[in-house]
Amino acid sequence: MDALEVTAPVEATTIPLWERIRELVVRYGVIAITVALLAFFLGSEETFRRSTTLLSVLKYASVIAIGGLGVTTAMVVGGLDLSIGGVAGMSVTISAMTMVIYNQVGFVAVIAVLVAGALVGLVNAFLIVKLRIPDLLATLSVMFVVQGLKLVFVSGQSVSSGMPLPGGGTAPGRFTQDFLWIDNGFLGPIPVPVLIFLTITLVMWVFLTRTRWGRIMYAIGANPEAARLAGIGVSRYRAAAYVIAGLLASVAGLILSSRIGQGDISAGNSLLLDSVAVALVGMSVMGLNLPNAWGTSLGAAMLGILITGLTIAGVPYYAQDVVKGLVLVVALVFSFTLSRKKARYVSAV
Amino acid sequence: MQTVVSLADVSMAFGTNRVLSGVSMSVSEGSVQALIGANGAGKSTLIKILSGVYPEHGGEIRVDGRPVRIDSPSVARALGIHTVHQRIGDGVIPGLSVAENLVFDELSQPAFGSYFSLRKVLPRAREVASRLDLGWSDAVLRRDVFELGIADQQLLLLARALDQQPRMLVLDEPTSALSMAEVERLFSVINNLKASGVAILYVSHHLSEIDTLADSLVVLRDGQIRLEQVRPFGWNEVVRAMLGEQVLDEERSITERRGLEVRLRLFGVRLRPGRPPQDIVFRAGEVTGVIGLLGAGKSELARGIFGASPFREGHMELDGVAFAPHSPGDAVRRGVYLVPEDRAAEALLPGWSIGRSVSLPFLSSLAPRGLVPRGAEARRGRWVIDELDVVATGEGHNVDELSGGNQQRVVVGRWLAGKPRVLVLDEPFRGVDIGARAGISRKLRSLAEEGAAVVVTSSDVDEILQGCDRVLVLGDGVVRSDTYLHETDRDQIIERMSEIA
Repeated sequence: MDALEVTAPVEATTIPLWERIRELVVRYGVIAITVALLAFFLGSEETFRRSTTLLSVLKYASVIAIGGLGVTTAMVVGGLDLSIGGVAGMSVTISAMTMVIYNQVGFVAVIAVLVAGALVGLVNAFLIVKLRIPDLLATLSVMFVVQGLKLVFVSGQSVSSGMPLPGGGTAPGRFTQDFLWIDNGFLGPIPVPVLIFLTITLVMWVFLTRTRWGRIMYAIGANPEAARLAGIGVSRYRAAAYVIAGLLASVAGLILSSRIGQGDISAGNSLLLDSVAVALVGMSVMGLNLPNAWGTSLGAAMLGILITGLTIAGVPYYAQDVVKGLVLVVALVFSFTLSRKKARYVSAV
Repeated sequence: MQTVVSLADVSMAFGTNRVLSGVSMSVSEGSVQALIGANGAGKSTLIKILSGVYPEHGGEIRVDGRPVRIDSPSVARALGIHTVHQRIGDGVIPGLSVAENLVFDELSQPAFGSYFSLRKVLPRAREVASRLDLGWSDAVLRRDVFELGIADQQLLLLARALDQQPRMLVLDEPTSALSMAEVERLFSVINNLKASGVAILYVSHHLSEIDTLADSLVVLRDGQIRLEQVRPFGWNEVVRAMLGEQVLDEERSITERRGLEVRLRLFGVRLRPGRPPQDIVFRAGEVTGVIGLLGAGKSELARGIFGASPFREGHMELDGVAFAPHSPGDAVRRGVYLVPEDRAAEALLPGWSIGRSVSLPFLSSLAPRGLVPRGAEARRGRWVIDELDVVATGEGHNVDELSGGNQQRVVVGRWLAGKPRVLVLDEPFRGVDIGARAGISRKLRSLAEEGAAVVVTSSDVDEILQGCDRVLVLGDGVVRSDTYLHETDRDQIIERMSEIA
């Protein structure tokens, strides 16, 4: 009974040219734009050609890429995490408090930040999985709570060495050398944050595409009920995705904190939008139309090239947002308009 | 009789995939034209062309002799072509009342004004409902539309279409969700419509329905019309035309097998609220058919065994050991599997390959240390393709792009690869062509022979008679009869099914 459903033999038609062009654009569009931007800035800007500039592009991209990977993980299970920026900002304050006010070493600060990030992830997971609040709304509320908590901890003050404490006296500690090494150190010629960025990308790529846990997360994103009826404990995996997202956001916060060198309370404010943007751009890489690790990192690198290039060319920072937005629109056109595959990201609201 | 809608040489292709070619047919005033075809024959495409979804088709369509271009669904309606789609959920608007749904086409017109209240809508809604003598009280009209049963929702859509005084009505598998009594009601509505001069295009898998209703039929296969008949129909020829050269006469020739040992035992399980608890056994080595009308408790039974919706009362034993699945995961670990009723919503992963789809439930054994070995999923995919004769380009074939019958083979094959102790299939043959049905049925028989307990639920007597050793008739949450196949027959089963509690 087998040939029943085969459709009638197709006449040998050739695929029309514009079909093929569209296919190429969908697959390689983002990569082509990245290469084109790179070539353009390399050609037009003297300063851009220095190797230090290229590394600083990747350094700039590392924070956004890691935040973006957090967003990506939440998107893989069919959700979205809006608390990424809030968590990164909170991490800056927590690390500063640990070292400056409580006079601890950098290692303790790192542990405190990671624990806090994982805890926020758990809270998100609890709201979403147990209390069944839609992802977008739950993480939006948590974002507010986290941003507020951060200010409560420090009475709305940025934390810096020697600052007066409310109980009298001045803050005893300072950002330790080992902590500052996170952003400023090198291993060989490569800056540490770039190394962290590449390692996390690789780990997340292997995790999401080659392990059974990642496969199951994608299944939940594709059809949660079908995943449940395949015997999968959907709640556990969704919870895990938010914990991973929280952890990655706190890693992004660590790099940011080490870069700023003080507990700036406005740190991390723009990270959320950049992270979501690069995760969305990443979906359209290679025409996958799925949230994916390499795509997100490439999206972050592209953003890094764009922002660095525009800055060197003297474009003011407020105009840069316009360009960022336009690039995002183009990527979304690849995913949602031109692609034959239905884009898998479904808004939770 | 005057021709209302005629198609001449209509064709349609998606990219290089030609799904309809040279289709010519016509539907006349006051007659029922049936359209038959296996899954993937092109029926849905044809319906979509007629309802304005695919304006870029080839060939010509005429309404009352004038060539027309059906650009959009609203053009189709303006031409008097109304379609009631198979998926009822697509037609009703959740959150609105029954009344608002009845007059929805007008609500969206500017003439209705920007202000509306239920009071303003009610008189019109009553009028629309009266087209079908629905006899709904105002209390019913005020309810949210989702409180209506699926059958009533279907009648609502029909009433809505009729209110527009259609020239032609396209009914796509209208009985797929209805119980027998509801089907009878629908048929009398159709006969009335016919008498009032509406042209009807009736699309169905069920030959018996066509036998009752249709004046003429066409058979579609691989996008072409293979056969046209007017009453009286020759069914042998029809089935041949549907399936090509394949002839299926193995039906009803199964050798009944009896299982000896009890595999799964249910104690005091309540299937419907307020109905008496039931004790049921399923034996290894036989295929048990569970038959009943919509709402008899079949899905509750199937989902309860699998832990998808655990039983509120009662308990179970699997091979003599307590078995209390709180989630499907618990059942899967014990070798108890379910093929759920709604393939698209509950089993398929959009965009996934066959290999990945069939491996998903067994990833922990395929990848015990976490890393999925290269090729493991592909091997399993190929095994399922061979075992169930799935028509696909390979294990990498996207499940979305398979025909309904082949999707079902994949969904069933996934569990076969996991050595089931109990395999429950909830309405596995709905929306599946005869070829896939026979193929899956045969596979289930050999699975039982190898020692599994197989449970198939259905509301179609013939499906049960063609593949099951034992028949449980379920009615309103109670087992009405429990017999082996040779101890019963069609009439007796139908009688048991239709008993009033």
